[in-house]
Amino acid sequence: MPILHHLWIILALPLAGAAINGLFGKRWSQPVVNSVAVGSVTLTLLAVAELVREFSLLAPEQLPFVGNYFTWMVAGPFKVDFALQVDQLTVVMLLVVSFVGWLIHIYSTGYMAHEGGYYRFFSYLNLFMFFMLTLVMAANLIVMFVGWEGVGLCSYLLIGFWFLKKSAADAGKKAFITTRIGDFGFTVGVLLVFATFGSIDFGTIFKSVSANPVSEAVLTTICILLFTGAIGKSAQIPLYVWLPDAMEGPTPVSALIHAATMVTAGVYMVARMNPLFSRAPIAMLIVAIVGAVTAFYSATIGLVQTDIKKVLAYSTVSQLGYMFLACGVGSYAAGIFHLMTHAFFKGLLFLAAGSVIHAMGGEQDMMKMGGLAKKIPITYWTMLIATLAIAGIPGFAGFFSKDEILEAAKSGPNANLILWLLGVAGAALTSFYMFRLVFLTFFGKPRYDEHHVHVHESPKNMTVPLMILALLSIFGGWFAAPKLIGGVDYFEKFLSPVFSMYAPPMAEPAVVIGEPQASAGMELLKALTGVPVIVAVLGLLVAWWFYIKNPDVPKRLARSVHGLYTLLLNKYYVDEIYAALLVRPLLWISTNVLWHGIDEGVIDGVVNGSARVARASGNQLRELQSGNTRSYASWMLIGALGFTVLLIALFTRVVH
Amino acid sequence: MSVVPVSYYLVLSAILFGLGVVAFVFKRNIITIFMSIELMLNAVNLAFVAFARAHNQLDGLVFVFFVIVVAAAEAAVGLAIVIMLAQHRQSLSVERVNLLKF
Repeated sequence: MPILHHLWIILALPLAGAAINGLFGKRWSQPVVNSVAVGSVTLTLLAVAELVREFSLLAPEQLPFVGNYFTWMVAGPFKVDFALQVDQLTVVMLLVVSFVGWLIHIYSTGYMAHEGGYYRFFSYLNLFMFFMLTLVMAANLIVMFVGWEGVGLCSYLLIGFWFLKKSAADAGKKAFITTRIGDFGFTVGVLLVFATFGSIDFGTIFKSVSANPVSEAVLTTICILLFTGAIGKSAQIPLYVWLPDAMEGPTPVSALIHAATMVTAGVYMVARMNPLFSRAPIAMLIVAIVGAVTAFYSATIGLVQTDIKKVLAYSTVSQLGYMFLACGVGSYAAGIFHLMTHAFFKGLLFLAAGSVIHAMGGEQDMMKMGGLAKKIPITYWTMLIATLAIAGIPGFAGFFSKDEILEAAKSGPNANLILWLLGVAGAALTSFYMFRLVFLTFFGKPRYDEHHVHVHESPKNMTVPLMILALLSIFGGWFAAPKLIGGVDYFEKFLSPVFSMYAPPMAEPAVVIGEPQASAGMELLKALTGVPVIVAVLGLLVAWWFYIKNPDVPKRLARSVHGLYTLLLNKYYVDEIYAALLVRPLLWISTNVLWHGIDEGVIDGVVNGSARVARASGNQLRELQSGNTRSYASWMLIGALGFTVLLIALFTRVVH
Repeated sequence: MSVVPVSYYLVLSAILFGLGVVAFVFKRNIITIFMSIELMLNAVNLAFVAFARAHNQLDGLVFVFFVIVVAAAEAAVGLAIVIMLAQHRQSLSVERVNLLKF
């Protein structure tokens, strides 16, 4: 079993690709850079495939399989090993990351072909793969944190890829700083984990928490702190503001980092820490509330955006909210399932949007598109499939995962009707804004200057990944299909060891896989006519009514509810509120107190002041050295006299 | 024959030393200053000899010889400097010798 005992190979391959391209790629031609970048990821994918084969041969009691490579640091009782582990959850994440990452690498060879800094882009992209794989394979919180921060770094580098553009550089900084706020909570959470359990190793923590009860207050604090990190990384309320701005980066980056993989790291982390979260019901409720509110809230912003990538960005925030909702109501498997299907269809949506932008010669405003379906058919069909999937139309991947989430929110162990309603409302909005996107982009009359914009289908290396992802957007959810006819959800069954091994005892009866079903046909009918499906179809129809049947309705509606429309168009003014409440006061304090006050006043004051004192006293003292021999003699005399008096005072005793 | 007490010698030594100091500080002529230095050295010599005699020990006498030798060497060097100064400055006043300063 070679790979299983050398898990580090999976990390070493993309790292080597990043290093080679980063160091030498500048002088190489595009095909050479391509072969290094795509080659390293292809090898990674093959290594993952071999790993999965070997993994399937392992006995259940061997899991999770841990590979401990070296001791990274030791400080008293604090010991960190560079350890990687493989279990079912890791396998799912590895497959998603390496496969979607591989497709996006191939796509990028087409999309970035005309861009400067080609080698730099692929070096960053490979580096991102390295950190993301580190994150999902880590066997302790510190190694996970390395991956966690590493993907954040790559995100920053790639958002600001066109760093000469000020908005891109600013967006990079915004993403980095905003996620750092969450990471502060994560770091404190890790420290609290160590203080509580005496270890940062997953296996040790989980065994300890299931063997010895820990006070719920401590667990809740830990979970909330860890979740703070997830809020930043996975762009949830209130730290979601960086993700829409992150669309300044190249589109493949938006697809890979800001839709399919990195932003789902928070969901993965919550699912990974499930033994802790499951024992902290208050933290779970917070996760669910944040998820559900984000899912609904960002969907409302998505309704009115006109930039094609901004719509997808808010949609991503919304879908991530669904994943957290799933975790929060205790259905981690559904959350990871949605993570996987979302990686397929949202990755596809972004890549297709990239293809549209490519075809339009850089135009991102949907109001200046229209009627593209005939001209770029492959892009159109693949994007339509992805839209059907995200909207939750039965048969497509998103239907199964979203249905499971809403089902868990309605009748799961921690069901909550209000959250379910928010989720359903969000699903309706999702369907509406996604079909609005499709109708505005591909249907109707062209709204661009047909003489100037030469619309063309993208090259093969861009369309083939689209088609592969389209297939996955259809079939990627069918693991769960048997459940609809009273069978088993294979995805949930596959992951169940991860989520049941250290589950709290009272959560056991929640597993209802074996419950007798009334009738297969009835189940299917119920699922197909469930509320989520109805609202999805309604969203589709309303979008059709608005943007195809009566194209002037949206304008009239916008005028009649002008206030609401402006509010949504300006994203609830959250950026402005943050600027007024946080950024500007912070800048004011930094400028006037920290800079002019403390730095210039105190720190520079101490330094310059001591110099000034030295110079002034030196100026006075140099008068002593007058060059006048007699004055020297006088000083000597004074000194000698003073010394004599001192000696007499100290060493003579008065004799009575 | 009555012995002169050691304190007499010391008082004389102190008076001579004090005269030397006052002359050193207040006189302007370099030659005079030189002489005042010699006066101070010899005042000290007197104190040494007095103590040597009082305690019946040779250490003080040895010191005196050293001081005389050093004073002779110093006079040789010092008078050479004085001659050079007199040639350059056409004056023997120490007020004119004040270039070595900041």
